[in-house]
Parts: sequence; C-alpha cells; structure tokens
Amino acid sequence: MAPVISLADIRRVFTMGDQQFEALKGISFAVAAGEFVAIMGASGSGKSTCMNILGCLDIPTSGRYHLDGLDVGGMGTDQLAEVRNKKLGFVFQGFNLLARTPAIENVELPLVYAGIAARERRTMAQRALEQVGLAGKEYNHPSQLSGGQQQRVAIARALVNNPAVILADEPTGNLDSSTSEEIMGLFTALNRQGITIIMVTHERDVAEYAARQITFRDGRIISDAQTKHVGQQG
Amino acid sequence: MDFLQTVKIALRALRTNKMRSFLTMLGIIIGIAAVIAMMAVGSGASYVISQQIASIGSNIILVLPGSTTSGGLRSGSGGSQTLTSDDVKAIMAECPSVDLAAPTVRSSALVVFGNLNWSTVLMGTTPEMFEIREWAISSGRSINQQDVDGAAKVCLLGQTVAENLFGSSDPVGKMVRIKKVPFTVIGLLERKGQSPQGQDQDDAVFVPLRTAQRNLIRSPFPNSVGALMVKGKSEALLAKAEEEVNSLLKQRHRITGSKEADFSTRNLSEILAVAEQSAKAMSLLLGAVASISLLVGGIGIMNIMLVSVTERTREIGIRMAIGAKKNDILLQFMTEAVLLTMLGGIIGIALGAGGATVVSRMLSWPTLISFQSIAIAFVFSAVVGIFFGFYPAKKAAGLNPIDALRYE
Repeated sequence: MAPVISLADIRRVFTMGDQQFEALKGISFAVAAGEFVAIMGASGSGKSTCMNILGCLDIPTSGRYHLDGLDVGGMGTDQLAEVRNKKLGFVFQGFNLLARTPAIENVELPLVYAGIAARERRTMAQRALEQVGLAGKEYNHPSQLSGGQQQRVAIARALVNNPAVILADEPTGNLDSSTSEEIMGLFTALNRQGITIIMVTHERDVAEYAARQITFRDGRIISDAQTKHVGQQG
Repeated sequence: MDFLQTVKIALRALRTNKMRSFLTMLGIIIGIAAVIAMMAVGSGASYVISQQIASIGSNIILVLPGSTTSGGLRSGSGGSQTLTSDDVKAIMAECPSVDLAAPTVRSSALVVFGNLNWSTVLMGTTPEMFEIREWAISSGRSINQQDVDGAAKVCLLGQTVAENLFGSSDPVGKMVRIKKVPFTVIGLLERKGQSPQGQDQDDAVFVPLRTAQRNLIRSPFPNSVGALMVKGKSEALLAKAEEEVNSLLKQRHRITGSKEADFSTRNLSEILAVAEQSAKAMSLLLGAVASISLLVGGIGIMNIMLVSVTERTREIGIRMAIGAKKNDILLQFMTEAVLLTMLGGIIGIALGAGGATVVSRMLSWPTLISFQSIAIAFVFSAVVGIFFGFYPAKKAAGLNPIDALRYE
C-alpha cells in the first residue's frame, strides 16, 4: 500500500541574523494509511519543526514531502492552505477553538473554507460531534465546556473534512490524567476506524497508545519502533 | 468561502466589542453627519439663489440710460433720458438674438382707495415686460397693446399693494387714484417675492407706458424711457444678444471710438450665476472641511482594526491552519472595517439629515438633502472602510500561521 506520508531527507534550516540553526538534519520516514504514530523527543529535538512541516504550515529547506500522493514541496501558501483544508486535521495542545462561537460552528469552520453549503455543513458537523460523543452540546460555547469536551470539539473539527491524516500536537498537554486517558481512548477508537493519526508528545504513557513511536533527538530520528501491531488492543 | 458567511463572522466580531465598535464608528458618524448637514445647508443656499433667478425671469438683460452732465455735475447711471421707445422698437426689429424688449418708466406714487392710501413704486411699461419677467396675472387681465396705444387709465396691482388697500377682497374692477388721477384696476399680479437685492417686488403698481409718460410722470422728454428689459432667445444666446443690443444702441446714439456710451447693459442672470457659483463653492468648502473629520474617523478605524488584528492573532492562526487562504483573512478584516464604516455612514446620514432639518426649522433657512449627497456619503463611508481597513487586513493576511498559533 502506498504510504499516506513520505518524507525523504527533510532538512530545515532557520536563519537568524547571520546565525544558522539546522533544526532537522535529514529526516526520512513514511507513514502508511491507518497507522497511529507517536513522535517523541525532548524540547529542541526537532519534533515540533517536523510536525509543522507535516502540517504544511512550514516548508522544508530541502528534501521531498509527499502527502496522500501530492508533492507538497513546491506549493505556494494558498495551495498549502488548500492541502491543510482538504487533507489534514489539526488537534492542538491548547484546543484552539474560536471563543464565543458555538461548538458546531467551530466544527464547521474547515467546511466553510472548503466552500461547502450551509445545510450540508451542519449535517457533517453534527455527525462529527456525534462521533466524538458530544451530541447535545452543539450550541454550547467553548467557555461552557470542560477541557476534555473542548478537545473533543477540536477533534471533531479535525475529523469533519475526512482528512488523510490527523495531526495532534500534545493533545493531552492541557488535560488532567483521567481526561487524558479519555481523549487517548477516543484517538485509539478513531484509529481503529481506519483514521491515520500522527501525534507529537513528550509523555511516554501517552505515546504508549500509539502503535509506532518515532523518537527525535537533535534534529535526527534516533529510533523508529513498532510497539504494537496495527489494530492491536492497547 | 461565501460572502454571507464572511459578513456573519464580521458582525459577530463587531458585536463582541460593542462599545469599542460604537466609539470607532463615532468618528465616521460625526464625519458623515457633518458632510450631509453642510451639503444640505450649502445646496439650500444655491436653491434660494436659483429661486431668485427664476423670480426675475431668465435670460434678461437690463439696459440703463447713462449719466448726464449738467453744470459740471454728473448724475450717475440712469440719470439721463437717453433711451427712447424707438430704441426698444429697433432692438426688437434688428437684434436677431433678442426675443422681446420692453421699456419701463419708473416713479414713486401715492395710490389711494377710499380712505386708504399706500405709497409705492409706479412702473409704466408695455405688455412684453410681464412676458420677459414671466410674471403672471392671478386675477383679472394684463395690460394689452391697446391700453398702451390709447394711454388707457388702467393699472395692475402687485400683491403687497393690493393687500394694503383692499385686504383680502378682489381689487379687480375697482377705481383707485394714482397721483390723484383715477385708474381702473384691471388685474392683480401673482406674488413674486423678494428680489435678489432684497426689495419687495410685489410692492408696485403697473400702468401702460404711454399713460405714465403723459399723465403721471410728465418728463420734459415725452418719448424717453427709463430702463429697458431685453430677453434673449435662449440662455446660450444671451451674451450675443447683449452684444447686439450694445452695438445697435451705439450706432443709434452715434457713439464711436472712445466716446463714452450714454447707456449701459447688465446681464442679470450672469450676476446671479456668479452668486450661485459662490454658494456652490461655499458648500463644497464646507463639505471639504467636514470630510477632514471623516479622514480622522478613518484613521480611528485603522487604529482599532490594527488592535483587533493583534488581539485576534491566534484566531487568525487557527483559521489559517484549518485552511483559510490569505484572501479569506484579508476579506474578513476588510469586511469588518467596511461594515463598521458603512453602519457609521448610515447612522451619520440619518443624523446629518435630522440635523439639517432642525437647522432649517430653527433658522428658517432652507436645506436640501439630495439623493446624490446621500449616495456620495454612503459610497464615501464604504471607501473610507476599504482604504483604512486595507492595511490592517493586509497585516492579518500576511501573518505566519505557526507564529500566529503560538501567539499568546
């Protein structure tokens, strides 16, 4: 099966004044459809830079990145925005929901930018909220929801456009341990439905939920290990 | 992203900071209200002037006799008796651009009816004068050519004279005495109002020219007349008519070379056109001053939009991560700015129109709010939004999504 994501010798050099800093020093890996991957590493290891490149928010200095068959390398900002809109779903540490906006409208947001009609948006958002167990909370504003519920809304928003990959950046970073378990349980369940998930975390017990762990250090991958078989119970 | 959705998002953002939105709008509200009110007052002034032009009648040239010198004293314009009824006939016959010409003689006279009397202006003239001045009869009939030829003792009364002598009853058919000579009132003229110089044009009594010359004025030059009124065939031909009258009269009065003319011509509508122009310039000036406050309001909008972009950096980051293109963000902030200024514009138009109405009520000064000025104000407020909203929106659209998402 063709991989959903393939990175080949990705380098990312940041230039600050006359100082150069190489955050990624030649990264290559591939992710197949249906995988649940955890990217691990200490801060400054390059995992966040890698995540930004995976998320089409940043452009690598060199190397090739194919996402769902598309060569993302040579794309302009608007094309990248479209790729983010159609192929990717984001879950952030800080939830990043729009304040004073009902849950369902937050979930609809990617569809708004995709140009989908209002009625269809509503149905799709409704379905996504049901998928994350938030039926009945559609019209609550983020401030009226708990942290776990907010993160579920964010996951529903990531799911709603049927992306090729869901990228989660420290999704449990702002949650207590029992809520973290709840959210990770949801990710596992979604993965079992065939959704590809790539998650950045520095917490080992959170990484345990993933079937494969890639560890970064100093801009390089130091280990890439299958910890369970795909679809295996956690 | 569809436009309706953009407007919805913008409205929500404005609602979130109601007080701030209102205060920002206030600059535009005041600016637009000032522009509307000033334009209304200004065009009210030009309306008054154009009314006055209509009241004299259009396309009129006034020919005045020149000054005389007797015993070293120059009498000033109109003092001599150089114009004659024959000049009028010649002008009618020989000037192709002239439509009508009428002579007038002028004096003051005491008009008596019963035990009431009224001192007023006496004008002797021909039927053409009423046509030239577009002055209609409100009851009875006008002076006709037979009245002039036969020096009939008939008169027309202006409204002011009629009110003072007859009150509200109809004067037609009554006998009045002008300078002790009995006259039959044959008609009442319509109200004409004030002249541009502020004289009451209705305070006058009109008699046939020859009657005035023979029975009332008794000038030593029985054929001479006072001022002539000449009407051009059209407004475009007025300057040409003036020229023709000038050269014809010079020829008839044997004025050659550098000899001073014994008459002068005045183009009344020209004088008023200048006055109207200056009123227009005035209203433009007022509008320009008012639009400075609009500029200040626009800068306020830009300021607040910049604050808003900074405050909502994270929101911009989220939208970008989720798939908003640069143009989506640009459009969103532009829409917000334009909505702000257009709402301000609408409120300002209402306020300005209201203010103008109050001014016109209190100062009894006519104000005119044209659809045009409302449309201009509305478009202008939108343009202010586009102009001053562009830079902040551009700044928002140019944000890097990674930095924007990390912004605290």
